[in-house]
Amino acid sequence: MRDVAILSFAQTPYKRRESERTEVQMVLSVVTDAVEKSGLPKSDIGFTCSGSSDYLAGQSFAFVGAIDGLGAWPPIAESHVEMDGAWALYEAWIKIQTGMCNTALAFSFGRASMGSLPETLNMQLDPYTLGPLGIDSISMAALQARAWLDQGNHTERQMAEVAVRSRKNALNNPDAQLKGDFEVEKLLSEPYLIEPLHKHDCPPITDGANAVVIAAADAVPSGANPVWIRGIDHRIEPHQPGFRDLTQSPSTKLAGEKAGATRLDIAELHAPFTHQELILRDALGLDDDVRINPSGGALAANPMMVAGLTRMGEACREIWAGRAKRALAHATSGHCLQQNLVCVLEGD
Amino acid sequence: MSEEKSEVKAIVTPTKLVYQFSAIGSHAEFLKAISEGKLVGERCPSCKKVYCPPRGICPRCGVETPEKVDIDDKGTVTTYCIVRVPSENIDLKLPYCAANILLDRSDMPIMALIQECPAEDVRIGMRVEAIWAPEEDWGPTMENIRYFRPIDEPDVPTEEMGDWY
Repeated sequence: MRDVAILSFAQTPYKRRESERTEVQMVLSVVTDAVEKSGLPKSDIGFTCSGSSDYLAGQSFAFVGAIDGLGAWPPIAESHVEMDGAWALYEAWIKIQTGMCNTALAFSFGRASMGSLPETLNMQLDPYTLGPLGIDSISMAALQARAWLDQGNHTERQMAEVAVRSRKNALNNPDAQLKGDFEVEKLLSEPYLIEPLHKHDCPPITDGANAVVIAAADAVPSGANPVWIRGIDHRIEPHQPGFRDLTQSPSTKLAGEKAGATRLDIAELHAPFTHQELILRDALGLDDDVRINPSGGALAANPMMVAGLTRMGEACREIWAGRAKRALAHATSGHCLQQNLVCVLEGD
Repeated sequence: MSEEKSEVKAIVTPTKLVYQFSAIGSHAEFLKAISEGKLVGERCPSCKKVYCPPRGICPRCGVETPEKVDIDDKGTVTTYCIVRVPSENIDLKLPYCAANILLDRSDMPIMALIQECPAEDVRIGMRVEAIWAPEEDWGPTMENIRYFRPIDEPDVPTEEMGDWY
């Protein structure tokens, strides 16, 4: 295996609605920023991979249009995943492992504000027997939360505590969208959105983009501050939610074991719903001394197709700031934590 | 055949998603201009290419393109095809000609119909002009230009069309 490091990370400020820039301009800004911070000349980037979904903004081939933001001339080696950008980074990491390239750029973008996100996410379901029932993403998460709560070990109060901590942590994150001091009692007194979920249990709808540059050890430029990818693995569960035990995350557990998720200072968990953070903590066996989501996590900003790669970037930022030595970054995809990626990152 | 024995060979599951497109920056300026019967493009500060419709960036150089350029509604045919098969969405008399047209002052051809001449007469290098819909029908859409038609100017030799791609 080749040692591979993250050299740089860039993201847009996350907003409910991006009203200044097009997707292509968002991509241009984060890609330019990430490449500059990497210390590599743009022409040295050996491979580029993006993560996005055309369903979000309703523009067919938006993922190809986004390449206009790269200045892809002379023509570049490029790929795309209809997944969160974390999987774009995974593909880039694989490309470096194969020896096809020594450096790579991964980026992702999402502009969910142009559509109706909970309904758009219905398109992830089997289109013949499940999708036509019209179930939206929040209802799917509510089914999961109900099954999890009814095991008797967990409470809605614990869920509210996750929301309060996330949005308090986000006060220190200039790029976060939803931040502030909230009180558990007050949140619990609000009406349900879709029972058992309150509004505070759900993520905001977010527009944004991000980018990372990675390099093999022998391609890390002098003066760089590399964060090493010590382990990375992703696992998937069946597509039909009925096949799965929604109260657990065996795919996260296995990915965590394969990635070597131990001795951690922090964990950035991609948990769009409060109860999902608690399911993930159980699956990964995280002790209480592991700081969870210092960035505020997906409850503070949840740009679709972006928020998973953001976890990796935010984990890097903690390491670069000297607040952590070894970090876990997690990304999820699909309904109710269907697919999960775990990455273990370590400072130089 | 009894109902319980009839086979299910296909089902229809309608899907509808509603989007609100936010016209931003270059998109908005282009759509505003065309709703006033004008074409606007943007020049790349690096390679100097002019793009119309503009996207706010140069896809070749990967830089922003803040400089606005007024674009003429006359241009030159860079390639074309003659359509002889009907299409459900297009209500035109066959055969008709669809062409790439390099608008004057722009470096990126747009696609449009050529009418008011036999399709067989269209050729690369032919000079054409835009025929606009009646002003009362103008909106923020490319459909304001109904089609292009030939004008009485000498053909442009291919080597003089410029370095478009």
